[in-house]
Amino acid sequence: MSQPKVNDFVIKFANVNGSGSASANRLFAKSILRMGVPVSPRNIFPSNIQGLPTWYEVRVSDAGYLGARGGVDLMVAMNPQTWDRDLLGIEPGGYLVYDSTKVLPPTKFREDVNVIGVPLTELCNREYSDPRQRQLFRNMVYVGALGALLAIDIAEMEKLIREQFSSKDSLIAPNIQALHMGHSYAAENFECPIVLEVCRSDRIGKRIFIDGNSAAALGCVYGGATVAAWYPITPSSSLAEAFQRYCRNYRSDRETGKNRFAVIQAEDELASIGMVIGASWNGARAFTCTSGPGISLMQEFIGLAYFAEIPAVIFDVQRGGPSTGMPTRTQQSDLLACAYASHGDTKHVMLFPEDPHECFEFAASAFDYAERLQTPVFVLSDLDIGMNDRLCEPLVWDDSRTYERGKVISHDELEAGADFGRYLDVDGDGITYRTYPGTHPTRGSFFTRGTSKDRYARYSEAGPDYSDNMQRLLRKFDTCRLMLPKPVMRKAHRSTSLGVVCYGSTSPAMNEALDALEEEGLDLNAMRIRAFPFADEVVDFISEHDRVFVIEQNRDAQLRFLLLNECALNPAKLISVLHYDGTPITARYIMQEISSDVAALKPKPKKKVAP
Amino acid sequence: MTYISKPRLRHPNLRTNRFGFTHRDYEGAVSTLCAGCGHDSISSAIIQACFELNLPPHRIAKLSGIGCSSKTPTYFLGNSHGFNSVHGRMPSVLTGANLANRDLIYLGISGDGDSASIGLGQFAHSLRRGVNMVYLVENNGVYGLTKGQFSATADRGSKSKKGATNRDAAVDMVMLAMELGATYVARGFAGDKAQLVPLIKGAIVHRGAAFIDCISPCIAFNNHPGSTKGFDYVREHNEAVNRLDVMLPREAITVDYQPGEVEEVTQHDGSVLALRKLADEYDVHDRIAAMHHLQKSKAAGEIVTGVLHVDPEPDDLHANLNTLPTPLNKLTEKELCPGLAALEKFNAAYR
Repeated sequence: MSQPKVNDFVIKFANVNGSGSASANRLFAKSILRMGVPVSPRNIFPSNIQGLPTWYEVRVSDAGYLGARGGVDLMVAMNPQTWDRDLLGIEPGGYLVYDSTKVLPPTKFREDVNVIGVPLTELCNREYSDPRQRQLFRNMVYVGALGALLAIDIAEMEKLIREQFSSKDSLIAPNIQALHMGHSYAAENFECPIVLEVCRSDRIGKRIFIDGNSAAALGCVYGGATVAAWYPITPSSSLAEAFQRYCRNYRSDRETGKNRFAVIQAEDELASIGMVIGASWNGARAFTCTSGPGISLMQEFIGLAYFAEIPAVIFDVQRGGPSTGMPTRTQQSDLLACAYASHGDTKHVMLFPEDPHECFEFAASAFDYAERLQTPVFVLSDLDIGMNDRLCEPLVWDDSRTYERGKVISHDELEAGADFGRYLDVDGDGITYRTYPGTHPTRGSFFTRGTSKDRYARYSEAGPDYSDNMQRLLRKFDTCRLMLPKPVMRKAHRSTSLGVVCYGSTSPAMNEALDALEEEGLDLNAMRIRAFPFADEVVDFISEHDRVFVIEQNRDAQLRFLLLNECALNPAKLISVLHYDGTPITARYIMQEISSDVAALKPKPKKKVAP
Repeated sequence: MTYISKPRLRHPNLRTNRFGFTHRDYEGAVSTLCAGCGHDSISSAIIQACFELNLPPHRIAKLSGIGCSSKTPTYFLGNSHGFNSVHGRMPSVLTGANLANRDLIYLGISGDGDSASIGLGQFAHSLRRGVNMVYLVENNGVYGLTKGQFSATADRGSKSKKGATNRDAAVDMVMLAMELGATYVARGFAGDKAQLVPLIKGAIVHRGAAFIDCISPCIAFNNHPGSTKGFDYVREHNEAVNRLDVMLPREAITVDYQPGEVEEVTQHDGSVLALRKLADEYDVHDRIAAMHHLQKSKAAGEIVTGVLHVDPEPDDLHANLNTLPTPLNKLTEKELCPGLAALEKFNAAYR
C-alpha cells in the first residue's frame, strides 16, 4: 500500500464501552467532514453500559459512498480484549495505531501491517493527575495524533472542540492541549502524512450530518405530534428522548412556560400504543416508537386501531430478531410483523426511509397519512440509520404546508344535519367520516369498538354487516396506494433486462454496488421501494424485467414475500440477496451476489467433442 | 345480539336539570345484561349522578375494556362518545384521550377481571400517574361472559356456583388504589343506589384520579351461598363509614344536618363533599390510618363502604406535565410547527 490513498479509506476505533471515546471519535469524523470530505461513521456497540468492547468505524469516501465498505485501513486498537481480532481485520499494508506505553512482544503484531505506537497512557500520566482525566484525555490525544498522521487541518479540530464545549468553557483549553499533545508527538516521531491522507475537498455541499432518530423526532415536532408514549428499548429510545428535547426548545410557551406537548414514558409497550390510540381517537396527533419486541407486544392494539379505524403512528427502529435477538445490531426483519400485525385479517401502511432526511419527511407526513386513512402507519427505519450519524440532504419544510386532518365532521356540519354514520362510505374511497368526542350535544356521538358493527357503528354480528365492513377496509387499503410515497427509480445507462429492488437503509450500499457493477459492464435498473402497500410502479418495474434482485437485511426475504403475496408476480424472477448477520450490508457483498448469479446464468461454452 | 335503541317516548312532566335535560337524555341503549344484574344498577346510578350534576352529556367520554362491565357504557350516556377498547387496557386508552383533551370528563368503566387480572398493571400505573378520571370497577369476583370462573378479586375460601373453593388470595383494589396514590377512593354496592349516586358524583367533581370499587353481584354466577360477592352476603357485611352529599360550587347547601355530624370537604373547584360520619374514628384525610382501619375491618370480615379517602388538593397528570390549559387537540400548525426559519437554523447546527 505505497500508493497514497486520498480521501478513500476506512478507520476503525476499538474501544472499551464507557471510556468516553464516543465524543472524541465523533469529533474525529466531523473534522473530516469540515475538510469537505464525506464520511459515514458507524457505532458497533454491545448491549452493555460499561466494560464490553465497542467499535466506531469511519468510512472516508470522496466519491460520497456512505454504505459500510468492509475491511479496515487503519485500526486504532485501544481495547486489549479485542486486540487479536482487531489486528486480523486490518487490510494488508494497512496501519495499526496503538498505545505503546507498555511494550508488547513482536508476536502481538503482523508483519504486513504498519505499526504506529503512541505512548498515550504515558503522555497522559505525565500531564494529568486525576485518573478520570487521564482516561478521557487519552481519547483526545489519539485524535490529535490521527490529525497529524492523516493531515487533517488541526484548526478544524480545535474549532469543533470549541463548538462541542461551548457551554462548558473550562473544558475547551485542556481538550485543545490534549489534541496538540497527540498531534505534536505524531508529527515529531512519524513521517506525516502516512499513505492515508485527507485532502480538502468540496463534496459536502448543503448536506447535514445527523442520526435518523433525531431527524424522525424533529419530523414529529413539525408534523404536529402532541402526544408521545413510549417504553425504553434500543435502538428507538433516542427518538423519544430527542422528541422531548426538541419539544422543550420549540413547544414551551416563552411567557407562561406551559407545554404544548405531552410525553409519557409508559409502563410497557402495550400502554404506549394504548395511549397513542386514545389520544388519536380524541383528535390529537400521537405516536410511539419502539423496536421488534415492542411491535410483538402491541399486536392486539394494532388490530383494534385497524378495525376501529383510529390513526396511530408507530416508529419501528428495527434491530436483530427474533426474541431479544441482537438488540444492538441492525436488520430489516420486522416487515411481516408490521405489514400483517394482529390476529384476523389485517394489513397496514408502512414507510421505509433511506436516511435521516427521509426519516424527517416520513415522520411528518406519517401523521397526515394516519389521519387521512384513519389507520396505523408504521415508519420502519433501523439501527443503522436510526442511531448513526449520516450525511444527508438538509431537512426541508414548506411554511405553507398544512396538516391534513382527514375526514372529520365539525359541530356546524352536524348542526346543519349531515347524515353521520361512522363507517358509512360516503365518498366511495373506503375512508369514512369521524367526529371527535365532545363535538355536539346531541349529534355525532358514536361507540368505538373492536367488535364488528354496522355502518352506523352499532354492534352487529350479522354476517353481511361484517363482510361489508371488511370489504370497505380493502377498498381503503387500495386508496392508500395512491397517496403514499412513490418508489425512486434509477435507470442504467444501457438497456438491460436485469433489475434490482431495495428499501430503507441499504440504499447507499446499493448505489455504490450499481456504480461498480456498471463499471464492470453489468447494467441493472434499480428501484427503491418507499411504501407499502406497493404503488403500481412497483409491479410495472418487476414486470418489465426478466430477473429482479431483491436486496434485504433479513433471513426470510420478507419484502419478496410481500411482493409475491400482494402482487401477481412470477416468483421465479425474484432473486433474493440477503444479508442478516447484524452488520450493515456492503456494496462488496451485493456485487458479489449479483455477479455470481449473473455469471451462472451465462451459457457455458460447449465442450468440444473429440474427433 | 344487536343494538337496541330505546323508544324516545317520555313522560311530559319529567324533571329537567339546569340545561333542560331530563334523565332520559343521559340514558343509552337497552341493556343486554341479565335481568337483575348489579351492573345495570350502576349504569342507572351513573345516569342519575350525571343528571344531578347538570353535566352536558357530550362533554363526557366513557371508556371501557372487555367483559360484562365493559359493555355497560352502551347502556348509559347515549350522547357521549364511547370506547370499548381492549381487555385490561382501558386505562392507557383513557390516559391518551385525557392527554389529548383535558376539558372532557373521563369515565373509565371496568370489571374485576379487566382491572385486577389482565389489567392490573394498567390499573396501577394510571392511578400512580394521577390521571383525572373516574375509574369505576364493577366488581363481582367472577368471569360472567365465560361462564363463572373465579376472578382475582374472589375471596380466598369463597365458593363458585359449581362448588369449587377459591384457593388464591384476593386482590384488594381499594387498598391498591390507596397505596398507589389515588386521590379519591370509595367503595360502593350496586344494591345501595342511595349511597352509590353521591359516591359517583363525588368522583366526577374530584379533579384527580378517583377510584370507585363497586361490588356488583353477578346474578348468574356469583349470587349463591358461599359467595362473598352476592347480594345477601354484602348486605349482611356492609359497614358504611360515612354517607356523602355532593354540593356544587355556589350551590346552596340544602341538606339539614345536626351540628358536628357532618364534615365538609371543599375541593379545589369549590364543590363541597359533605360527609356524615357513621364510624367515629374514620378519617378520610388520613390515608395511613384509613388503610389501617380497612385492613382491620377486612380481617373482621366486614366490607367497608363509603368515601374511604379524599385529598381535596390533588395533583393530576396535566399539572405534572405542565401542559397548557388549552386542550392539545385544539392546537394547529400555528402553535405546533416551528417553521422553515427554525429548521434552517437547525440544519446549520448539524454541519
